[in-house]
Amino acid sequence: MTPRKKRIVIVCSILAGMALAATLILTAFEKNLLYFYSPTQVIAGETPTERSFRIGGLVLNDSVKRNTDNLEVSFVLTDTVNEITVTFEGILPDLFREGQGIVANGKLDADNVFKAEEVLAKHDENYMPPEVAQALEDAGAKIPESHDAAQ
Amino acid sequence: MSLYKKCHRWFHQFASPKYFYDISHIISKYAIVVCIICFIAGLYGGLILAPADYQQGDSFRIMYVHVPAAWMALFVYVVMAVAGGIGLIWHIKLAEIVARNSAPIGASFTFLALVSGAIWGKPMWGAYWVWDARLTSFLILFFLYLGYIALQSAFEDRRVAARAGAILALVGIVNIPIIHYSVEWWSTLHQGSIISQIDKPTVHMSMLIPLIFMVLAFKTFYVTSLLIRVRTEILEYESNTSWVKQLLRDYKNVTN
Amino acid sequence: MSLTDFLSMGGYAKYIWPVYGICAVVLFLNIALPIFRERKVIRELQKRLQSEESKT
Repeated sequence: MTPRKKRIVIVCSILAGMALAATLILTAFEKNLLYFYSPTQVIAGETPTERSFRIGGLVLNDSVKRNTDNLEVSFVLTDTVNEITVTFEGILPDLFREGQGIVANGKLDADNVFKAEEVLAKHDENYMPPEVAQALEDAGAKIPESHDAAQ
Repeated sequence: MSLYKKCHRWFHQFASPKYFYDISHIISKYAIVVCIICFIAGLYGGLILAPADYQQGDSFRIMYVHVPAAWMALFVYVVMAVAGGIGLIWHIKLAEIVARNSAPIGASFTFLALVSGAIWGKPMWGAYWVWDARLTSFLILFFLYLGYIALQSAFEDRRVAARAGAILALVGIVNIPIIHYSVEWWSTLHQGSIISQIDKPTVHMSMLIPLIFMVLAFKTFYVTSLLIRVRTEILEYESNTSWVKQLLRDYKNVTN
Repeated sequence: MSLTDFLSMGGYAKYIWPVYGICAVVLFLNIALPIFRERKVIRELQKRLQSEESKT
């Protein structure tokens, strides 16, 4: 084997070795790399009970109830299959609205109500002018849903 | 002469420092012109012509810095790793120089993508930073660049440094597909890819065209910045050759 | 569209302009610093060449 061929083999084996290592590590940590759980996973009891975790889904239409006395707000989070009620006290991000994807961090209480300490809005990869969005809505077409918002 | 031999000869001619030094002046002249035109078109289109987004309002205009910077951060890393690999296998000096001088530009793009993303995240998500798979893997990319740069200054001998850096870059390249697919493989707060389907872009045409100009502007910017650095290092490397000596005398005549 | 409308960016001015500002600074540094270095290297090499040639 010429020295050059040897070097090609070394470079290829570095690449192959790293690919293998990465695949193994990522498979092992698959669950921990999820940034949030879906309502279905919560109901199935896949979430931690002691420590806080994140839950993600779409805010159900007409489910947002604001308390007029304080900043408390409650809404229903759905993944189009299962639903979880979430309560939160604080300032919501600009993108928080009904039908929008959000991620909340908090704990599940005994009544299966999620007490959020933090609410983050998740947006999808669709960008368009308001008129186009309006036209799509008028035509009855659903704005293409991000594949992971409803996951 | 067979095609293979022709390619081989052309490759070696192109990789010869003197030939590359001469031709790089021509390439960078065109790159600067394209870069300036694309920046003007992209900024005018992105900041003035493009309408506000139906969800995010005007804040989506941060995209015109964030997306090109992020794409180029990945692109430059791949260039760095491939050039490093070529340098490692065929001992081509020019490839080593390209790899080493790509690193600070790539690190700059990564920094820009991280900072613009953080500033964008505050009003839209409600947080500057979250530890989801996309953001975390991108931060690792930044550390890979910093590690590579640190490694370059750790060795006295540039060729040893180039070899050590190439191995680091090749090991780190596994992070590139992870960054790209992180938004598909795991639930992330970060949005999905805007170009998952080429024929069906998720960005409206009026917003997409300025973005394409900005991507081209960033790409030609990289070429421009890289070629200045590469030329400098070729002069240092080849300072004892007759062509560089002649060049230095000629420059002197021009500057005096 | 008036200039103030443009500058206010629909209320997102304090997010958008810093991003473009930082971008301008980073890009400027990535051109200016290499140019300075190129000039410095050429000057140094010329000086070295001159002293070498004056010796012989």
